[in-house]
Amino acid sequence: MPGSILGTRVLRIEDPELLTGHGTFVGNLRVPGMAYATFVRSPLAHALVNSVDISRASRAPGVLGAWTAADLQLEPYHGFMVLNPACGRPPLATGKVRFVGEPVAVIVAETAAAAADAAESVEVDYTPLPAVVDPEEALVAGAPLQFEELGSNIAAGFRDREDVDPFARASRVVRLRIANQRVAVVPLEGNAIAVVPGDDGAGHLLTVYVSTQMPHGFRDNLCRLLNLDRDAVRVITPHVGGGFGAKAGVMAEHLVVTTVANRLGRPVMWVETRSENMVAMPHGRGQIDYVELGFDEQAKITGMRVRVVSDAGAYAGFGGALAIGPTRLMAQGVYRIPTIRYDVAAVLTNTTPMGAFRGAGRPEAAEFLERTMDLAADELGIDPVELRRRNLIAPDEFPFTTLMGARYDSGDYERALDKALQIADYDALRREQERRRRNGDRVALGIGVAVYVEVTAGGGAKEFGRVDVHEDGSATIRVGTSAHGQGHATSFAMIVADRLGIPLNAIRFIQSDTAEVPRGGGTGGSRSLQVGGNAVRQAAEEVLARAKELAAEELEASTADITVTEDGRVGVAGVPSRAISWARLAQLAASSGNPLAASVDFSQEGPTFPFGAHLSVVEVDLDTGAVRPLRHVAVDDCGRVLNPMVVTGQQHGGIAQGMSQALWEHMVYDESGNPLTSNLADYPMPSAAELCSLEASNTETPSPLNPLGAKGIGESGTIGSTPAVHNAVIDALSHLGIRHLDMPCTPLKIFEAVRAAEAGSLPSVWREPPAALSQLPLRGERPRPEAADADI
Amino acid sequence: MKVKLEVNGEAHERDVEPRTLLVYFLREELGLTGTNVGCDTTSCGACTVLLDGESVKSCTVLAAQADGHSITTIEGLASGDELHPMQQAFREHHGLQCGYCTPGMVMAAVSLVKENPDLDEAAVREGLEGNLCRCTGYHNIVQAVLDAARSSREGAW
Repeated sequence: MPGSILGTRVLRIEDPELLTGHGTFVGNLRVPGMAYATFVRSPLAHALVNSVDISRASRAPGVLGAWTAADLQLEPYHGFMVLNPACGRPPLATGKVRFVGEPVAVIVAETAAAAADAAESVEVDYTPLPAVVDPEEALVAGAPLQFEELGSNIAAGFRDREDVDPFARASRVVRLRIANQRVAVVPLEGNAIAVVPGDDGAGHLLTVYVSTQMPHGFRDNLCRLLNLDRDAVRVITPHVGGGFGAKAGVMAEHLVVTTVANRLGRPVMWVETRSENMVAMPHGRGQIDYVELGFDEQAKITGMRVRVVSDAGAYAGFGGALAIGPTRLMAQGVYRIPTIRYDVAAVLTNTTPMGAFRGAGRPEAAEFLERTMDLAADELGIDPVELRRRNLIAPDEFPFTTLMGARYDSGDYERALDKALQIADYDALRREQERRRRNGDRVALGIGVAVYVEVTAGGGAKEFGRVDVHEDGSATIRVGTSAHGQGHATSFAMIVADRLGIPLNAIRFIQSDTAEVPRGGGTGGSRSLQVGGNAVRQAAEEVLARAKELAAEELEASTADITVTEDGRVGVAGVPSRAISWARLAQLAASSGNPLAASVDFSQEGPTFPFGAHLSVVEVDLDTGAVRPLRHVAVDDCGRVLNPMVVTGQQHGGIAQGMSQALWEHMVYDESGNPLTSNLADYPMPSAAELCSLEASNTETPSPLNPLGAKGIGESGTIGSTPAVHNAVIDALSHLGIRHLDMPCTPLKIFEAVRAAEAGSLPSVWREPPAALSQLPLRGERPRPEAADADI
Repeated sequence: MKVKLEVNGEAHERDVEPRTLLVYFLREELGLTGTNVGCDTTSCGACTVLLDGESVKSCTVLAAQADGHSITTIEGLASGDELHPMQQAFREHHGLQCGYCTPGMVMAAVSLVKENPDLDEAAVREGLEGNLCRCTGYHNIVQAVLDAARSSREGAW
């Protein structure tokens, strides 16, 4: 066996074509006869649709067709997972519009420009209705109802029994109301689909190119919703310009474009503009968390109570259920907590439906817990690191089952924390902070720490993998995951090269095509390496076992003596002359009528729980409120690392998104439901100039649940960085008496807080949650919504 | 209207609507789809190309304005199979993930280094302010550009 390349830095196989402009993004597809779709969207957040007049648009130059809901007669549907079955969404608005950006009509024309021109001439008659934007206001009696038949705006929710008092033994209870603001996902490529009707000669009557994270799931849902024959539809996902959780499931626009392409019998493409994307693609986060944490005299946690108002947006977007599922599951975090009560309501608002964004419910849990821990440290007069140490789950307690039912597979939280402190030189930073405070420096230093644990491969812990070895000695990998920037082509080829000794440049990688890969769960919930990678690994193992048998027979040796040789052949250990090439083995296998290949459905017995510690250092200008991130130290443990370059890249991207939520990003609506940040000029997505260098490293605590020892890394960076950066900003202000500010920590908010602190008029960080939470059904009384198990 | 321009060293002449943006001219008329569109407010820089050697956002230039000028797109950067040093640096530093912002980012970086190869980290960050990436957190992009600037100073370009 050659020396293993696992754990080494291997450059990405997928880079050259992306670097030279040969990306295959949906919008780059050129098919003869392609027509282009444009949507007419609601400018109102809540209104009756009295009429939609498409007659002028239908006659406009270049237009092939225009349709309203009445023309298409598509059933209301649920795009990904169901939060409330009664809140289905008609793909084109029917009767009412419920958010700004909701499509009411579609135009198809010879060119995208002609379609856009024609869309301008569609006349829609609306009667405006009162809108509700704030999920807490949506809970107030008399609030405008989105679905009158529900009787309230609560899409789902429950509360825990009150038989245990989490604070019975507490000498001190720390209370915080914390808003986790709505953010836009903003993959650089928005949604895009091209639907090509017609027999492809291979049994498919429809070929769909779509930018998604889950091509197989997309095919299944599309066919179910439109009554298409699953076997006659081929879904191909070419290069995807980022997903981050938002490209899961079937969008309303996907259903409409597929329907009109079939009606026209012509290929139709729809590529979302950015301004559409900002209101049409599901948004993420959007929770208000009421957190109470009790401590005893030794500053050990006695219990916790959390009450959550979760924004589901319009049509009960599945993102509203993340507070019922993953946020609740991870509410205990890295600590020993003897009792927890958790109440949650997912609430309808007249805003873009909520979905998943990197972390999908877990960053919200880490954010409220770690922010409250810092508040507690402040109130108890204990260093925030010391307070965490007193409460961390110890390394000898794993596997550890939490009160929320999570079974943490492995962990060493204090080791990650120690490493972050050491890299950052925590004590020196505290001394510098103290020096500035003593000198009355108006540029304050803030140090924020967060220790987190999260869950990956939470739902679909099963995946398809296949390895074929060909008669030219090359190999092909097929896998049911669907990379869109995560480097699977490289990482999975490394696994096969490691097992079989076949060089990376002789390994082909196939994914994201339902005609080439029989089944797959796609990429989401940081699942891919642990389930897809292990499926490929196991397939390679099975191929190797077969190869050993073939070689043993050919070489008249015992299979036990056969191994992969240093030069990448299969032969008798220690006897270089007695070895056979992979090409020859493949030929032998083929001539026996049983080609050298193996298909595997790998399954993992449960999710894995990556963890880590982040330390953020920021400067806050007390006169202007400006925040400058100075350093960000991340120690993320994703089990055994396969390609450190790829892992570090995932950490970087995740950190930036968390930092950005803490400091800048916020999808803002006015009180009538008009989005105020619906393009990239208004929405503050950061550039390189705003961010700082990132110091990402790892500890490696293997997962016992899979042979690679791997856990997910795609979302950890965001989960750790959001509270760390947030804590750093508040830490910079804590000597002024400021205990909390909600994200994003903008200059204006800080400026006003500093003034309020100086005037002695800081508001309380606590108020009681809406009364509606105390009237929710008890947990178990009603079925758990399907979307609570979203793994994305 | 008639537009005549040189793209990646090749002369092209087309009859286009006056409102045609350069990026759509490149993508639709010439089939050069390497240049991506990421927004509609000149914010993201995914569509960055070189016009007479200097970076421009091709979503904010009319094809008519490029008449008589020379354009370089991402497809014209490498020499045959050999990547341009900036492309190579992006690969070596893992400066791309999904690859959608990459063509624009690389073109902006090439222009930045050509303008002044004597760049420090702050100058690279400021210089790339007009290009957005959602995947990388920019860390590795900045490292790649610093590395390519170094090789440019050493005369490797």
